[in-house]
Amino acid sequence: MVEIESTSPASVPPAEVEEVELYHATNFWTKYVFSQDAKIIAIQYSGVAISIGLVALVLSSLIRLQLGFPEMFDFITPESYYQFVTMHGMIMVVYLLTALFLGGFGNYLIPLMVGARDMAFPYVNMLSFWIYFLAVLVLVASFFVPGGPTGAGWTLYPPQAILSGTPGGTGLGIILMLVSLALFIVGFTMGGLNYVVTVLQGRTRGMTMMRLPLTVWGIFTATVLALLAFPALLVATVMMLFDRLLETSFFMPSLVEFGDQLSYGGGSPILFQHLFWFFGHPEVYIVALPAFGIVSDLISTHARKNIFGYRMMVWAIVGIGALSFIVWAHHMYVSGMHPYFGFFFATTTLIIAVPTALKVYNWILTLWNGNIHLNTPMLFSLGFIVTFLNGGLTGLFLGNVIVDIPLSDTMFVVAHFHMVMGVAPILVVLGAIYHWYPKITGRMLDEGFGKIHFWVTFVGSYLIFFPMHYVGLVGVPRRYPELGDAAFIPDSVATLNSFISIAAFIVGIAQILFLYNLFWSLRNGRLAGANPWRATTLEWQTPETPPGHGNFGPELPLVYRWPYDYSVPGASEDFLAQNDPGPIDSGNSP
Amino acid sequence: MGVALALVIIVIGSVIFHLLSPWWWTPIATNWGFMDDMISLTFWITGVVYVVILLFVAYCVYKFQYREGRVAAYEPENNKLETWLTVLTSLGVAALLAPGLFVWFQFVTVPEDATEIEVVGQQWSWSYRLPGADGKLGTADNRLISDDNILGINPDDPYGQDDIVIDGDDLHLAVGQPVKMLLRSVDVLHDYYVPEFRAKMDMVPGMITYFWMEPTRVGTYDVLCAELCGIGHGYMSGIVLIDTAEDYAVWIGEQITFAEMSTNKDIKLTDLVDR
Ligand code: HEM
Ligand SMILES: [Cu+2]
Ligand SMILES: [Cu+2]
Repeated sequence: MVEIESTSPASVPPAEVEEVELYHATNFWTKYVFSQDAKIIAIQYSGVAISIGLVALVLSSLIRLQLGFPEMFDFITPESYYQFVTMHGMIMVVYLLTALFLGGFGNYLIPLMVGARDMAFPYVNMLSFWIYFLAVLVLVASFFVPGGPTGAGWTLYPPQAILSGTPGGTGLGIILMLVSLALFIVGFTMGGLNYVVTVLQGRTRGMTMMRLPLTVWGIFTATVLALLAFPALLVATVMMLFDRLLETSFFMPSLVEFGDQLSYGGGSPILFQHLFWFFGHPEVYIVALPAFGIVSDLISTHARKNIFGYRMMVWAIVGIGALSFIVWAHHMYVSGMHPYFGFFFATTTLIIAVPTALKVYNWILTLWNGNIHLNTPMLFSLGFIVTFLNGGLTGLFLGNVIVDIPLSDTMFVVAHFHMVMGVAPILVVLGAIYHWYPKITGRMLDEGFGKIHFWVTFVGSYLIFFPMHYVGLVGVPRRYPELGDAAFIPDSVATLNSFISIAAFIVGIAQILFLYNLFWSLRNGRLAGANPWRATTLEWQTPETPPGHGNFGPELPLVYRWPYDYSVPGASEDFLAQNDPGPIDSGNSP
Repeated sequence: MGVALALVIIVIGSVIFHLLSPWWWTPIATNWGFMDDMISLTFWITGVVYVVILLFVAYCVYKFQYREGRVAAYEPENNKLETWLTVLTSLGVAALLAPGLFVWFQFVTVPEDATEIEVVGQQWSWSYRLPGADGKLGTADNRLISDDNILGINPDDPYGQDDIVIDGDDLHLAVGQPVKMLLRSVDVLHDYYVPEFRAKMDMVPGMITYFWMEPTRVGTYDVLCAELCGIGHGYMSGIVLIDTAEDYAVWIGEQITFAEMSTNKDIKLTDLVDR
């Protein structure tokens, strides 16, 4: 049990250490380009991540162009199709979502929300961004080298990833991909250490761990996962680079390629899969946990009600994070690993469903008896609940090993993971941008545009991915550029595919509206003021909006209560900020 | 109101889509009907949860939408409710897991009388090897693969001499006879995928993987590859037939053994032309 501390002002502990003098930028370059201020780094991370994410969005349209209207576009060959699919998947998962949630939201929100002036190691934080930027450049470069980028699928499974039957396999494509991933991991590690240390060491007085907003808990736990998971990917990329360049055989057994005996021998392709998914499954939660945390805060703030079951929410985040390291092989049920692994991994996977379900219940119970403002952040949160619930439930199909056997590697899987780790986190990202944009820029995003953007994106995505499950149920495999003429695929599947593609184009185009809103509101948006949502957490209590260098003016805020004192009985306002020493003690602040 | 209505429409629309959808799995042709049953069971349990939860959300959005002057409740925790929800969820999950693991146990327990059949994948075609009169497959190794020995069968292994090699042609199976499909790859990962079988498994160079099944329905079925194996992945198709016992006997009588292949030049030549 967590001790319930008294919440009277006297309970804020005395300062133990002197404040450290901040680094101060002196010129344009050190202020805005090679900046060490986490808020600028956050914007840099977000800008690069969203830009490369738009590339991935365009690639998804090209994929859908081919699937919806096969043989109409000569420039989409099987080679380029696989390159599009691979780059789309890899960019979305790693270079967009991971970078945006941790490098973007993490950098902006952690120091502000825990009451720190900046990250613990600002210089390393700056390096983190620039190495990430380099990783993106290397990734982009692979589009322009002879042979093009790798088409090995985002899973990069050897042996095919480094052989000639796969686009980019014997050229530069796969090499650049692996180098870029290695760089990404190096850059991320520098940032990640910062986020963890700042949360553990940089909290202001009174900000106990059990008073952290769930956003911080989500990002913090995701970062710990990433620091533990990415090394597995790093060794896998390095070993594969050796296999490719030095003809070592870590992952390469003896094999015959188009009639030629290759010199490889003795390696294990399945070893790569274990390393990949030891990273890859936690990766799902690296994307999901920040979304969980952020959506909790959005729902609580805009429903004007405390999050239901805060402590359970924290333990669920931590528990899910821990369990996520012992479920990886549910991605490998049909890989040919020892069949008895199936018993273990199916059990752990279904166990993880319990804390996940509890989180969903708690979001909904937060709505119950609330006073729900249906503004854009809330709408996106509701959209998240729908899509995440949908994807979570289909996870019960794929996690249960025997059900996975017929469904694995079909479009059902593609539909499942898009719902749960594609659409759901993206909806949270969008909701979060509507929520925090006023703090970042000082102006509100336009609500009218925002609502159109929400409805088209949410309903459109649902129309893309809900029917896609049924394409998979029919048995259509994933990673097929065409349906082919197998007898079990009726013609109506092609019609359904065209429908899905049209929905995808509409969703893609709707994002232009969003981008327009982002730029238009920068100048024309309504002035936000310091705390437009009347929220409790510290980032809304800064003296300046946008917050200045050092975040909080001369004195750091002191924290007297948990972040969810909304609609406290007897209070004159419907929220009490975390740094409000006020007379009212809700009694519920751990 | 509008938002709540939209949520209700999404729920009802999804259910109607599910019920009316003509896109459903193909009729099964093996003993793995349990897998279909498990999918149905999972659809039922998850479907009910989906509908109930989303309708509840819609109700909340409708009932507690912002009104000037409404004050939200202050209710940080409710241990009893949380315990109940945990217990119910655990029960639901156990109801899926228990039968699932039970069927999985059957799936990984190969019956004694299953005939071994080898499927070999390579970029981008399928070949097969059936045990000959001795009922046993000889050993094989990718290192032994050559133009004369496309499957890398060990020429010194007496069990291998009478093995039947099928290259570039359809596989036939006898209805009612359980088979253990031994899966091997010459080059990269593949996955022998016949949707009507339900069962499938990757083939991995350097090791032998397997699954077992009992064909139950006579017919002709498409073989696809379900594990990305390069640019030909989407076109790596084949045909497998489930025959009556009589038809199967006729077919198997027409096949050539490894020994015949390595002694008879003509056959080797036509074989190469086929490829
Ligand atoms: C409008 C948005 C999107 C559309 C229309 C879309 C569509 C697709 C399609 C058609 C495929 C190929 C399926 C196949 O044949 O195997 C695919 C693959 C994939 N997508 Fe998306 N996607 C979208 C957004 C996202 C997002 C936000 C993510 C982030 C998690 C994501 C992650 C992936 C991954 C990991 C793959 C697998 C790549 C592979 O097979 O190697 N997608 N997507
Ligand atoms: Cu996973
Ligand atoms: Cu394949």
